[in-house]
Amino acid sequence: MDGNGDGHGGDGLRRKRLQMPVGPEDLKGLQLGDVVYLDGVLYTGREGLYKRLLVDKMAPPVDLASVSNVNFHCSPAATVRDDGSYEMGAVTATASFRFSAYLEDWFKLSGCKMIIGKGGMSEADYKTHFVPNRAVYLTTVGYGTGALLGRGIKRIHDAHWLDDLGIAQAMWVLEVENFGPFLVESDLEGNSLFERQNREINKGVEKAYEGLRPPALKRYGETTSRDDEVV
Amino acid sequence: MIKEQAIFEAGMEIMRRAAIDIPEDYRSGIKAMAEVEANELSRFVLLSMIENWEAAEEDRRAMCADTGLPRYFVKIGNEAGIEGGPVALERALRQATADATHEIPLRPNRVHPLTRQDNNNNVGLNAPEIEYSFEPDADWVEVTTVHKGGLFGSDYRMLFPGDGIGGIKRFFLDVMYEFGRRGLACQPAIVGIGLGGSKDISMTLGKQAACLRVVGDRNPDPEIAALEEEFKEVGNNIGMGPMGFVGSSMVVDCHIEAGYTHTGGMPMSVHTFCLSSRRATARIMADGAVEYCSDPKWFTPYMRREGIEWTGTATDTAATG
Ligand code: SF4
Repeated sequence: MDGNGDGHGGDGLRRKRLQMPVGPEDLKGLQLGDVVYLDGVLYTGREGLYKRLLVDKMAPPVDLASVSNVNFHCSPAATVRDDGSYEMGAVTATASFRFSAYLEDWFKLSGCKMIIGKGGMSEADYKTHFVPNRAVYLTTVGYGTGALLGRGIKRIHDAHWLDDLGIAQAMWVLEVENFGPFLVESDLEGNSLFERQNREINKGVEKAYEGLRPPALKRYGETTSRDDEVV
Repeated sequence: MIKEQAIFEAGMEIMRRAAIDIPEDYRSGIKAMAEVEANELSRFVLLSMIENWEAAEEDRRAMCADTGLPRYFVKIGNEAGIEGGPVALERALRQATADATHEIPLRPNRVHPLTRQDNNNNVGLNAPEIEYSFEPDADWVEVTTVHKGGLFGSDYRMLFPGDGIGGIKRFFLDVMYEFGRRGLACQPAIVGIGLGGSKDISMTLGKQAACLRVVGDRNPDPEIAALEEEFKEVGNNIGMGPMGFVGSSMVVDCHIEAGYTHTGGMPMSVHTFCLSSRRATARIMADGAVEYCSDPKWFTPYMRREGIEWTGTATDTAATG
């Protein structure tokens, strides 16, 4: 990797700072494993929002594309103060693999170009849904960097459907500054950093299990290969 | 007599400490791992976490937005008196959970499993869990809160004596691979293993081993202690690190707790305490003074019943039973 980095003592990882809404040129420049920080406006959305919009076909509370083209799979540690204002402490992503079934309709409806979440999605999802929509996936780091992300939030513009969906599932519209770190998990070709790393790790599986017999009592299971993922 | 108000205040304080201040044993464990981690992505994750804990402490905000499941472990001195009894103690801890959720703030994580009803305060049906243990010759009450995260990272299996140490090691590896990929378990973890007991107690022992013993602690039984060291090594040598990246940082420490079990079986559980290994303890004295720390010292010799009443005979049991 080339190093135009500015952070953590020359670790060889590239640092990128992007303005939202993100443009096609920004995304073209992203490589797997780049460290990204964001400025501008994004919104949170997960199964609660997806179900209302895509299954129950309710009208969006606001024109999504005019708000942002970045969707964060997240539910914040937030509270509504007595005067009706919001306080947001920490912010952590939720595991994205569960939202695979919504992707096709979601891209159509939202015009999203970047999804941020925890743990990525499958390479198959990237190739089928992200690539045709020229979108990429960024993953949060750790995954416990809630305080660092919480620091990046400058203003809460809105909390749509807060009463109906609750704090965890509401659509929070957040203005952020130097918001991160995130890692580029999928690029415009639909490659996945996690799957690339998995292939590397799989080379050692056989050796790790060497000499260990299967247990006396079997279990029903969906996968038996240790090279597989369970998501 | 220990007052309900004192328990409530201590409860609020440990909720806050657990959510914000990473325990020192875990922090130094991760720092040591970051020093030897050779993979740049894995090292970046570790350094980001260290930075995150500093940010949490400076801002007094929660280190992770996923509150996990806040719960309590209460150790009651045999000579302790609680005004209002254990019901008052539970009332105080439930109130502290609700108030701390609103004040810190913490994410209200607790919902009804079917209706998904959320009371917005981390309190509900059978929640928060409160577990008890007792200590001879003491007049204090010690309350520990653990905010255990993770929908992933725990598993249970009934093994058999014939499966041997190899079977135990194999199941341990299964859990590392299963939940280590993509970092589902938010490793490096304090891995807790429960060996033996009844099925449910095997789960309980493993959970308590992960959440209530500090990095660096060893089981007093030398054979089990050796296994703890070995599994830590094994886990760190599968080629995986944080977030499932290539690396050598999976297990910051391994703790094993054992319990006598059915003569035909060897139940085993594995639990992982994550990058937000949140625990805090308050010892409330009879005079109302409170001491705080992050080491619950849960597994005392009495707690493990080491050698206690082991020599009772079948006739004794029959006579008293
Ligand atoms: S497993 Fe731990 S670090 Fe990861 S999101 Fe949950 S609470 Fe946070």
